[in-house]
Amino acid sequence: MTDYQPENVGTVTKYVVIESFSVTPADLAVRAYEVSSGVMIKETCFGLVIMGTEDEVNRIITEVRKVDPDHIFVKDRGFPPGDPRRCRANLGGARPGFHGIEQEMTILPYISNALKILGTRDPGTVPAQKNARKKPKLDISTLKKMIDAQEP
Amino acid sequence: MAKVFIYPATSLILTDMVTRFGHTPLSSAVAIRERIQTAGLESVPLQITPEEPKKGLRWAAVEVPSGVRGRMSLYGPMIGESEAAIIINDADLAFGCMGCARTNELIKFLLRQKEMPILDLTYPQNEAEGLVFVAAIKRFLSELGVKP
Repeated sequence: MTDYQPENVGTVTKYVVIESFSVTPADLAVRAYEVSSGVMIKETCFGLVIMGTEDEVNRIITEVRKVDPDHIFVKDRGFPPGDPRRCRANLGGARPGFHGIEQEMTILPYISNALKILGTRDPGTVPAQKNARKKPKLDISTLKKMIDAQEP
Repeated sequence: MAKVFIYPATSLILTDMVTRFGHTPLSSAVAIRERIQTAGLESVPLQITPEEPKKGLRWAAVEVPSGVRGRMSLYGPMIGESEAAIIINDADLAFGCMGCARTNELIKFLLRQKEMPILDLTYPQNEAEGLVFVAAIKRFLSELGVKP
C-alpha cells in the first residue's frame, strides 16, 4: 500500500439536479457562473456539479435555486468532479451513483408538483401515508406474468 | 436544526427535502467525503482501508462479514449522532449485494432501537401519493424544531 495524499481538502461538492420543462442545465450553468467566484462548476446532462468552499457553494446554490425553486434538487457528493476513481471517462459506462439519481428522477415530477401545492397549502390538511412498513405481497397478475415469461 | 439520518443514505430526494426544510441530512456522501479528504493509506476507490472493519466492530460482532463491518464504519457514527430519521421502505434504490442488504437491515434495526422520531414512507407512484409523501416529510421536519 502507498501513502495517500488527498486533494481539494476542505471543499464540498454538490449536485444540482434540474427536472423542469422551462430551465435546462445550460441555463443553470450560466446563472451559476454569473454569481460564482472561486468554485468549479461542471455542467452535466441532469444539472450541475459544484465544488468549492462550503459557504460559497451554498451561496451559489441559494441563488441558482431561485431560478425554479420547485424543480431544482440538491444532493451532496463525496468525490470532486472528474475524479478518476469515479469519472466515467476513466471507468466506462455510467458513473456509479448515476443509476440512483436516474431512478429518483422518475419521481421528481411528483415531488415538484407537491412542493408547488404545499407552497400555498398547509401540510396538516394532507392525510398521512398508511402502511409504509407493510411489505407488499406479490400480486397474482405479476406472478402470472413471471410464469408466462419463463422459457419453455 | 436537527441532524436527520436518511435511508436510502444516497437519496437525492431525501437530502434535498431535509435541507430545504431547514435541517442537516446525514448521507453516505458526507461519510465518503471525510475519507476522501483524509491522508492515510491509498485504498481506491472509496478509501475504505483495513482499519474500517475494525472500527465496525462497535456495531457488528466479529463473526459478521467484514463487508458489513466496513460499511458500518461509515454509517455507525452517523446513526450515533442522528437526532431523527426518515426511512423509505422497499426502495429499489437501496438494492445491492448481500453486504449491502445485511448492512441495510442493521442500519434500520439500529435506528429503530434508538429513541428518536422516525418517519416511515414509501416512494410515491403518482401525483396524489407525491403530495402525501412531501406533506409527511414537511410535517415531520417542522415538528423537529427550527424552520428556515
